Amino acid sequence: MDKFTTLSGIAAPMPLVNIDTDMIIPKQFLKTIKRSGLGKNLFDEMRFNQDGTEVADFVLNKPAYRAATILVAGDNFGCGSSREHAPWALADFGIRCVISTSFADIFFNNCFKNGILPIVLPEAERDLCMKDAEKGANARIEVDLEAQTLTLSDGQVIRFEIDPFRKHCLLNGLDDIGLTMEKAGAIASFETQLAQARPWV
Amino acid sequence: MSSNASKPRTLYDKIWDAHLVDEQADGTCLLYIDRHLVHEVTSPQAFEGLRMTGRPVRAPEKTIAVPDHNVPTTEGRDKRIDNEESRIQVEALDKNARDFGINYYPVSDIRQGIVHIVGPEQGWTLPGMTVVCGDSHTATHGAFGALAHGIGTSEVEHVLATQTLIQKKSKNMKVEITGSLRPGVTAKDITLSVIGATGTAGGTGYVIEYCGQAIRELSMEGRMTVCNMAIEGGARAGLIAPDEKTFEYVRGRPHAPKGAQWDAALNWWKTLFTDEGAHFDKVVTIRGEDIAPVVTWGTSPEDVLPITDVVPSPEQFHGGKVEAAKRSLEYMGLQPGQRLQDITIDTVFIGSCTNGRIEDLRAAAAILKGKKIKDGLRAMVVPGSGLVRAQAEEEGLAQIFIDAGFEWRLAGCSMCLAMNPDQLAPGERCVSTSNRNFEGRQGRGGRTHLASPAMAAAAALTGHLTDVRELMAQEPELA
Repeated sequence: MDKFTTLSGIAAPMPLVNIDTDMIIPKQFLKTIKRSGLGKNLFDEMRFNQDGTEVADFVLNKPAYRAATILVAGDNFGCGSSREHAPWALADFGIRCVISTSFADIFFNNCFKNGILPIVLPEAERDLCMKDAEKGANARIEVDLEAQTLTLSDGQVIRFEIDPFRKHCLLNGLDDIGLTMEKAGAIASFETQLAQARPWV
Repeated sequence: MSSNASKPRTLYDKIWDAHLVDEQADGTCLLYIDRHLVHEVTSPQAFEGLRMTGRPVRAPEKTIAVPDHNVPTTEGRDKRIDNEESRIQVEALDKNARDFGINYYPVSDIRQGIVHIVGPEQGWTLPGMTVVCGDSHTATHGAFGALAHGIGTSEVEHVLATQTLIQKKSKNMKVEITGSLRPGVTAKDITLSVIGATGTAGGTGYVIEYCGQAIRELSMEGRMTVCNMAIEGGARAGLIAPDEKTFEYVRGRPHAPKGAQWDAALNWWKTLFTDEGAHFDKVVTIRGEDIAPVVTWGTSPEDVLPITDVVPSPEQFHGGKVEAAKRSLEYMGLQPGQRLQDITIDTVFIGSCTNGRIEDLRAAAAILKGKKIKDGLRAMVVPGSGLVRAQAEEEGLAQIFIDAGFEWRLAGCSMCLAMNPDQLAPGERCVSTSNRNFEGRQGRGGRTHLASPAMAAAAALTGHLTDVRELMAQEPELA
């Protein structure tokens, strides 16, 4: 997995609440057996007309935001389907950080497996980021995961919270499976106990 | 395998404790997974990961695969799937199941169906288990008092390789439905009404335990409908404590324990309830008598109203929901103040892991019996599994649907997410017994109104959103 340490980039505002994973990557793009190449279909039905032309006023189609690496989003981002294609599409497009007041549980987990940092902020602070993002390409937000800070374009610093284990994994690009494999002994002894206690499992 | 045994615990606490392999100082836990369900859409990359690292599936006997999302629901699909990408995904699952030696129900098998219907039907899902699947509606299995939730593809690979999941414990939430439901009100109306009350993020960070008289009075099918949509309320999982109904449902199923193991299992299952005095971090109570047959009007499952209501105005909402409601109304082609019952429809879809079980088909057939659907309407029943389909044919339900003008399809996810050819056209308006009314969910530009099977059947007869109680009043024997 790609490490996440610091990021300085253009933030795109998406104030709509309840942006679901069907919006992030519609189902017709779930038929792939690969992880890569989904960025071109990110937000497909919001971003493109049915004839394939761009929807001019969709935020990521505006010149100022085409190279965005951060999204500032409305409440409950990533709700709905568990499809990991959503973070795959975001990462493939170049989005490495999403800022909101809340995320749906499965999407939130999936981000950390793909080097994307989802940041939860209180509403007032998310709104400050939103205002900053609305300034366009000149408003770059800086993210420092180690320090757990966001620096807005005017220099204002916002601190964010993150689970220490997840932070450690992101900073070091650690593979969960590798970490768990180190506990193979504990899993095996659990299975031995399980075979005694609940043999029907 | 259990800790904190002296302190009063919730059902969730008990299942959690019984599956804890390891706990770090910061509360990050390794949880053992008893059943891993797999389908064709969210698993290919996980199996590819195993191949690349040379890892086997740790517990193939606890892993169950079935193709459901992509499969056509028309005859001949066992010979050939026309859509090339869908065919490749289904063939990849065939090959992965074979190569890694996991339990498999291919499309040619009568037991094939939606993964969340097959698991309980075959007795793979049992009380007190941990059940995961790369699908958010895994919450369905919580109806058995199993801790069940959706995971992403990286986690699918993690479970395949280690039979565990890295987790942090959620908080406990209780949703109590007191009293009894009124006639015409079903499990779907309960679960939608709860989401309407708490919002789609109301359960975020929680595992919900549904309880109360109205929940106890539901059949296992109804309980599965309730838990299925826990995810739409934002919860990691929904749970219902197992009882005699649960045990009777499970008894004798192909993969349920037998003989002495059954007795041992039953003894443990009977301890799976929330202790008196156990702590819930959030409690929501709804009177069963207050729940009406409901429909959704917007593009979020929280956009729920009783069928007797009118389309709301965006100004009735607060914050970001104002803009979201405007966008929803435009997408749905609706005007504030319009009576919900005046909304005319083009299509009815009965099926999905939410409402594709035998009881759902019975409820819809009871409304449709001896009647015809509205002229020009497109109506489709997609049973949740081949066995549900066979049972419905045996009970004469299939003939009722066919006589009424419904298409009688083969099992799969179908129009719930429209990955197969069953899709809405732009602007096409559908009453659907599925779980999501998101923009484009049932086809780009398609307009979805979520409802119960009985409400969907009522709408099929009249051609507009309809209060099923009015049809029942005409024919009291249906009540």
